[in-house]
Amino acid sequence: MRQESSIWQNVDWFTIGIYVVLIIAGWFSIYGAVYNFEDTPFWDFSVRYGKQLVWMGCALVIAVILLSLDNRVYSIFAYIIYGVSIISLIVTLIVAPDIKGSRSWLVLGPVSIQPAEFAKTATCLALAKLMSSYGFRLGNVSDAVKVALLFALPPLLIILQQETGSALVYAALFLVLYREGMPGVFLFLGLCAVVFFIVAIRFGEEPIIPLLPEESYGVFLVMLMAIVVQCGFLYVFLKDLDSVKKLATANVLLFLIFYLVYRIFDYPIHFTYVAYFSIAASVVYFIVLCISRSKLTYLGIAAFLIGSVVYAQMADYAFTKVLQPHQQVRIKVTLGMINDPQKADYNVNQSKIAIGSGGFSGKGFLNGTQTKLKYVPEQDTDFIFCTVGEEHGFVGSVAVLSLFLALILRLIYLAERQRALFSRIYGYCVASIFFFHLAINIGMVLGLTPVIGIPLPFFSYGGSSLWGFTILLFIFLRLDASRMEYMAN
Amino acid sequence: MLNDQYQNRKNVIGGLAILVVLIYILRLINLQIVDDSYRDKADSNAFWKKTQFPTRGLIRDRNGKLLVYNKPAYDIMVVTKEMADLDTLDFCRTVGITKEVFDKRMREIRRKRGYSPYTPQSFIPQLSSMEYAVLQEKMFRFPGIYIQKRTLREYNYPNAALLLGSIGEVSKAVVDAPDNDFYVPGDFAGQNGVELTYEKVLRGEKGVEILLRDAHGRIKGSYNNGEYDVPSKPGKNLMLSIDIDLQAYGEKLMQNKKGSIVAIDPSTGEILALVSSPTYDPSLLVGRQRTKNYAKLVSDPLKPLFDRPMMARYPPGSTFKTANALVFQQENIINRNTAYGCSHGFHAGSLTVGCHGHASPLNLVQSIQHSCNAYYCSGFRAMIDNRKYKKVSDAFEVWKSHIVSLGFGYKLGADVPNENRGYIPNAAVFDKTYGKDRWKALTVISLSIGQGEILATPLQIANLGAVIANRGYYITPHLVKGIEDGQIDTSFIQKKVSSIDPKYFEPVVEGMHMVMTGGTGYYARIDSIEVCGKTGTAQNPHGADHSLFMSFAPMDNPKIAICVVVENSGFGATWAAPIASLMMEKYLKGYIPKRKKAVEERMFNANLLPKN
Repeated sequence: MRQESSIWQNVDWFTIGIYVVLIIAGWFSIYGAVYNFEDTPFWDFSVRYGKQLVWMGCALVIAVILLSLDNRVYSIFAYIIYGVSIISLIVTLIVAPDIKGSRSWLVLGPVSIQPAEFAKTATCLALAKLMSSYGFRLGNVSDAVKVALLFALPPLLIILQQETGSALVYAALFLVLYREGMPGVFLFLGLCAVVFFIVAIRFGEEPIIPLLPEESYGVFLVMLMAIVVQCGFLYVFLKDLDSVKKLATANVLLFLIFYLVYRIFDYPIHFTYVAYFSIAASVVYFIVLCISRSKLTYLGIAAFLIGSVVYAQMADYAFTKVLQPHQQVRIKVTLGMINDPQKADYNVNQSKIAIGSGGFSGKGFLNGTQTKLKYVPEQDTDFIFCTVGEEHGFVGSVAVLSLFLALILRLIYLAERQRALFSRIYGYCVASIFFFHLAINIGMVLGLTPVIGIPLPFFSYGGSSLWGFTILLFIFLRLDASRMEYMAN
Repeated sequence: MLNDQYQNRKNVIGGLAILVVLIYILRLINLQIVDDSYRDKADSNAFWKKTQFPTRGLIRDRNGKLLVYNKPAYDIMVVTKEMADLDTLDFCRTVGITKEVFDKRMREIRRKRGYSPYTPQSFIPQLSSMEYAVLQEKMFRFPGIYIQKRTLREYNYPNAALLLGSIGEVSKAVVDAPDNDFYVPGDFAGQNGVELTYEKVLRGEKGVEILLRDAHGRIKGSYNNGEYDVPSKPGKNLMLSIDIDLQAYGEKLMQNKKGSIVAIDPSTGEILALVSSPTYDPSLLVGRQRTKNYAKLVSDPLKPLFDRPMMARYPPGSTFKTANALVFQQENIINRNTAYGCSHGFHAGSLTVGCHGHASPLNLVQSIQHSCNAYYCSGFRAMIDNRKYKKVSDAFEVWKSHIVSLGFGYKLGADVPNENRGYIPNAAVFDKTYGKDRWKALTVISLSIGQGEILATPLQIANLGAVIANRGYYITPHLVKGIEDGQIDTSFIQKKVSSIDPKYFEPVVEGMHMVMTGGTGYYARIDSIEVCGKTGTAQNPHGADHSLFMSFAPMDNPKIAICVVVENSGFGATWAAPIASLMMEKYLKGYIPKRKKAVEERMFNANLLPKN
């Protein structure tokens, strides 16, 4: 009894408060999205807002159960939970029926659940357990490999289920690795990969100069950026200001001369060759420096340059050959390469119109026309934020964003106050996953990121998603409630 | 709190979250406050794309007489969202249904997949103009009730039902087909006959009218004054090769009989008449009574939906002797002077194929004139057992390939959806039945007189008439003579040349002429026109034999080749020959002379349907 009362005292009621506000706001959004101007009662369980009420009730029961369990359960059973979850993903892959091309739903009688929603929690627990184990060091190669295997397996299985969106969520866990000591340069390289990919695709079909249509502007731009980044690396990692100056001067002169030749004599310059030459020269220069100054870092920068060139060449290939046509279209829409409001970018266009038409204060609860007339697709699941934007306008949208931001910052604060490494790592996992969902889902609705089908936590309709996020969150709240039991180390 | 060197990274992660949220807020400011174009777009966003149905192409006969055209029909559509103030009882009275039917229908609509209370849902399909007129007067009092105009088929003649075909609602299989980019549930498409074969030509292209709706789904007019509307393109008109008067005449001659008439213009392959009897009035399968009437026709024991000229298979009987005569000549087994004796039939050991009384021996021309069985048994045996072919099966395959080149054994490729290929066995079939090379001519001797294992459709027999009329080739029989702004299939223009040399046709033509002047077809001759014909009797193990007649006229420059089959009517000369003769006379002269009125009357009135 004593322990139980102390849990209710120590649990973070602030987070629970945000949680409750979010799920209630989420329910009203679903009601608004599904509502038909017909006099159906709130508790009509044949419609989605009625069902969501049931899911919410169950979620609260789950939350209470999770808080009542012993806090050690989660770290002790972390690997077992992970194993069960991997098995359920494999079973789903085998037995799941094909629903709109996706094989991610387990149908158990009248209920369908999506094991991928629960695999996130399991992976976070296992990752926290692994990284908090005695003697673990991320810099250690074997430990790093273990981490990589542990968190690459679930997204791989989820991709096989044709749920690419849910698999991408695992990328969020890089933030956790970063917090636990992964060198920041990896995050920077990840950022480079994304930016280079976007640039290579966005400008991939444009020529550098009209006379030579076969030379891709995208590839050229990526090489230019790599040349700029190399100077940054030289300064940050080696403080070699001398080389930075030399390389910068040489490159500016090189490109300027060829550019002038092209402009004045109208001579078709192969600018791609110029960039190749510059990069090749840099690589040779770095190898010489590496040997003369005995610093391997120079070789790393050379590798970065070569890698960037190869990556730029392959990005276009990967885009057209690896991605499915609908995924290509979604990316092209986001990059503004397709403008076809009735077809390809219909979803995003409709969603922007719905949100944009909300104005400052919105059209009022249940008065949204765009969502009512079913112009916005998936309006009660992935595009639920449209209803908020249309009916509650800028005020409502900012309020929802702020609530999510408050939740994420609070989670980071809670994670930092943990005394057990396991709890802190798990806490960062939770914060990262919420952050990723928020960034991608709202980015997609606002037309800033490609359409990736992942739900907005607590808002999107669906039992699996609501329960998944509830479990993810309340396990951490349970761990946090017992933080004082651990000795500071 | 744990202490570690990376503690400050919490600020990076937290900062990242703040940064992203700030970017999104800036975006929201842009979308919702700065840029007010979205508000206008939202207003104009409420499109309702109303399908404009194209009118279906018209169908005319070879003389330009209109056979099939369109009449408007009206579907009652309901938008449930707007029906709150509907006086249900008044509405039910107006359209003539009970309140129970209304409630039941509304429940069905709400349960349908893709149901939306804002878009029109089909409530009662295909009101006639009369029913619509009654409703139209009161429309203003029925909120939420809309009318969708469609077109139905209307027929000028009660004839040619099966060859024209009908249109009906597309099946789920058609809508779900992976290559379907045209049909949506509720659409109509050709279900059989020409309507099906030429569906893509007749259907036209759908258009779309973009209408605007307000937040309550009410229509507020057209979008941008119809700038983006796409008008529907009407379907193309067809001209059939059928002569509707001849067709109607044929159907009248065949009334109360089971059977077929196929008449072909040999020089073009155009089908002039295609009678399947018993038949029905095509207008029975239009509109709301379609389902009911269709069920009736399906259960009719006389099978009016069975396309006899294309699908019924009969042993061709004596008409097939002409084909054998051609093959034997081509293979140098006989020439026009070859004579075989006949002593009331063909005798070989214990085998006897009987024949009727006539002079003996007969030469080739006479053998056709008198339809001598013994002549063809002898000729067939002389060919199949001939040592110049290595084996019986080789000889048989040679025979078979000649027969196939005359249009038997495979589909001719007519523009009908349900042609049957008939049946010509190959040597392997007999090898299987009797053992490899353990059979010879006598084993399969009935093939020589068109009985036994071979089966042909009336179309194929008529086509044989066309081959003989053309002295050696045919053009694939077809029903469509012309397509508006288009070309008929090239296979309906090219000559298909048989493997028989044209010179071998003359004795056969002569024999068929003799049939009409002094043989089995004497009573079916036509004054002042040289007719060639051949009677036949198809043995029927289930009842009375079928009467067959294959013919063409005139002998030189033939204008019509015909096959008539009258089921269960016995000998070919009695029923099939006079009907064929009347058809040809009607087509060639345009009238029936007085002398023949009695025959015509007898044919009209004869009832040869099985008595039960």
